[in-house]
Amino acid sequence: MKRSQLAETHTIAALVENKAGVLARVAGLFARRGFNIESLAVAPTDDRFSRITIVVDADSAPIDQIKKQLDKLIDVVDITELSVEDSALREMVLVRLELGDEAKVAEVEELVAGFSGSVVRVRGANMMLSLSSSPDDLDSFLDRLQPYGITALQRTGAIAIPGI
Amino acid sequence: MQMDGGSALLKALDFEGVEVVFGYPGGAIMPVYDSMVGGTGPRHVLVRHEQGAGHMASGYAHATGKPGVVMVTSGPAATNIVTPLADAYLDSVPVVAITGQVPYGLIGTDAFQETDTTGITMSITKHNYLVSDPNDIPQIVHEAFHIATHGRPGPVLIDLPKNITDAKNPDSLMTWNDPVAIDLPGFKPVLDGKPEDIKAAVELMLKAERPVLYAGGGILKSRGADELRALAEKLNIPVVTTLMARGAIPDSHELNLGMPGMHGNYTAVMAMQESDLLIAMGSRFDDRVTGRLDSFAQGAKVIHVDIDPAELNKIRPADVAIRGDAKRVMGQMLDELGSREGLDVTAWRSTLSGWQENYPLAYEQAEPGAKLKPQMVLERLHALSPEDTIVASGVGQHQMWASQYWKFEKPYRWLNSGGLGTMGYSIPAAIGAKAGMPDATVWAVDGDGCFQMTCQELITAAVEGIPVKIALLNNTYLGMVRQWQEMFYENRLSEVDLSGPVPDYIKLSEAMGCVAIRVEDPDEVDAAIEKANSINDRPVVVEFLTEPNENVYPMVPGGKSNSEVVVPPFQQKESK
Repeated sequence: MKRSQLAETHTIAALVENKAGVLARVAGLFARRGFNIESLAVAPTDDRFSRITIVVDADSAPIDQIKKQLDKLIDVVDITELSVEDSALREMVLVRLELGDEAKVAEVEELVAGFSGSVVRVRGANMMLSLSSSPDDLDSFLDRLQPYGITALQRTGAIAIPGI
Repeated sequence: MQMDGGSALLKALDFEGVEVVFGYPGGAIMPVYDSMVGGTGPRHVLVRHEQGAGHMASGYAHATGKPGVVMVTSGPAATNIVTPLADAYLDSVPVVAITGQVPYGLIGTDAFQETDTTGITMSITKHNYLVSDPNDIPQIVHEAFHIATHGRPGPVLIDLPKNITDAKNPDSLMTWNDPVAIDLPGFKPVLDGKPEDIKAAVELMLKAERPVLYAGGGILKSRGADELRALAEKLNIPVVTTLMARGAIPDSHELNLGMPGMHGNYTAVMAMQESDLLIAMGSRFDDRVTGRLDSFAQGAKVIHVDIDPAELNKIRPADVAIRGDAKRVMGQMLDELGSREGLDVTAWRSTLSGWQENYPLAYEQAEPGAKLKPQMVLERLHALSPEDTIVASGVGQHQMWASQYWKFEKPYRWLNSGGLGTMGYSIPAAIGAKAGMPDATVWAVDGDGCFQMTCQELITAAVEGIPVKIALLNNTYLGMVRQWQEMFYENRLSEVDLSGPVPDYIKLSEAMGCVAIRVEDPDEVDAAIEKANSINDRPVVVEFLTEPNENVYPMVPGGKSNSEVVVPPFQQKESK
């Protein structure tokens, strides 16, 4: 399903202590309070902290409650709700195509270049592509690739940091 | 100093000032128990079921104001304390639970008596820890007590794998270092309200015509009873005390309207309903208080004070929401009020006293030869017991009657399971309270259903020399369920009959080391209570045979508006 077809979302950046179980605490909180997660990305920022970007379904609960409940977790240090305008928000996708016809490779290469994506590998009529951009761009990219025969794809979910 | 993790745990408990641990040994926690041999560490109370240990820790904490400690082994013992942890979580009671765990290397292998204890308890504790390095024990224990007792109090669990506590295992070797200052960037409770919010709140108060101070358990957690009374008196604001706040202001105080909610008294319920300003102080708009939310206190503006910001605007939007400690915020409000005059609430007070006159808490006395009225038993129990008696209650009809008919003059004398509604709470909670306050008279008010859930802890009380007293209101029914079946299920009684004829509560109690007295006749009530109050070397159980079909009134039926509060039948003929 395309992002544009999904319910309205909020993007939350959480700075958390990088301790065992912290992801389970965050995910468990969403589950037990009935908040729906659209996507979640997490990785350490240094030895002590990790940053989690969570895109939540705005219809499942008041955003204020979601933020406050997250903030109650001892390991959660800071919660910021990010606006699309001000923050830097990126997502990455990996796609595998089976074109069936080697002649189409050049066509796809051109399409990828148009999105400033990259071709990871070409083997005969099979291609692996990647694109890092805004989630909306990823939607358009995947739309355009659809006719070429997508056999696998993985999106990372959005990552974001507050704006400058 | 080098030591093993088991000894370090005991030293850490000593370091935190722990006087008593309620617990039960078993495989994975045995190294800690081994370190206790010879009297090292705090007093240990050996319970008869781990659930009892958890409620004892809660009762101890509520009565003394100090965190309660429960220690059990892994697996089934850890799952047996899930109920008391959930209970302490919902009622914000500072409890530290220590559980044994299988050796670290076996975690995740479905080892004997392995459960994912931190996973299971994640949603019912304020925080929990799985310790992997014995050197972390002093700091983690220090953090656990800090988290349990600061901000909104609550339970914290520490899961200790056996290999790091077992002196025979080199994994357990650690170097003791005193805990260092707490460094928890994600846990910084805010105590003082923002000055502009305090000003805004005071302005609303000074404009109110029908104000009500809606006093909740947070006042007791913050030790703010004096400030509550001062604030109420300063402005002449009537107070309702929720089930969790009974005793926060004396029941004899002219401004105290009593308990609101599903079984609150008529005046307290209607005062909130008709109020133009609700000052929610450490209370959380629980559904048992609000009734149907969309018809609750529709004309009221709301000032909401809570130390937990997630409570603010969660259920009822507030006109002024103040994040802060109830005691501190009330102090700030009093400062802001300064020498300003109180409110003229003459008209409001006269409406309230009209309700009080027409719809007092009342019951009909028993016909001659009929079973005892539970309300009468509780009134006599209160009248004949020492002034500072602590009373713990189970859950059900007897709990509501105890809250209604016991007159609380001081805080921390009333223990009950409010949020979770845990049947069987009273006996272990009373034992915990008595362990912490050995000079106080402690009564547990229990029903026959509750009694059968946790009465085995009377063995603990007898053996450990913790002489609590139990008022067993035996109505031979699961009374509250029976009442709901009568009122909302056309009296189709389903699985609520406990008439037995077993157990014989007298024999059962005596077998557990208690003095047991059965009371059937109203004329025997006083003598039995006086006898029980005179016994201080053993637990006492007084079984009162009470009216099986007595209902708790007033009652706001589930899901109904508080305006539809049902008063007892004999008050219904009078027009409202």
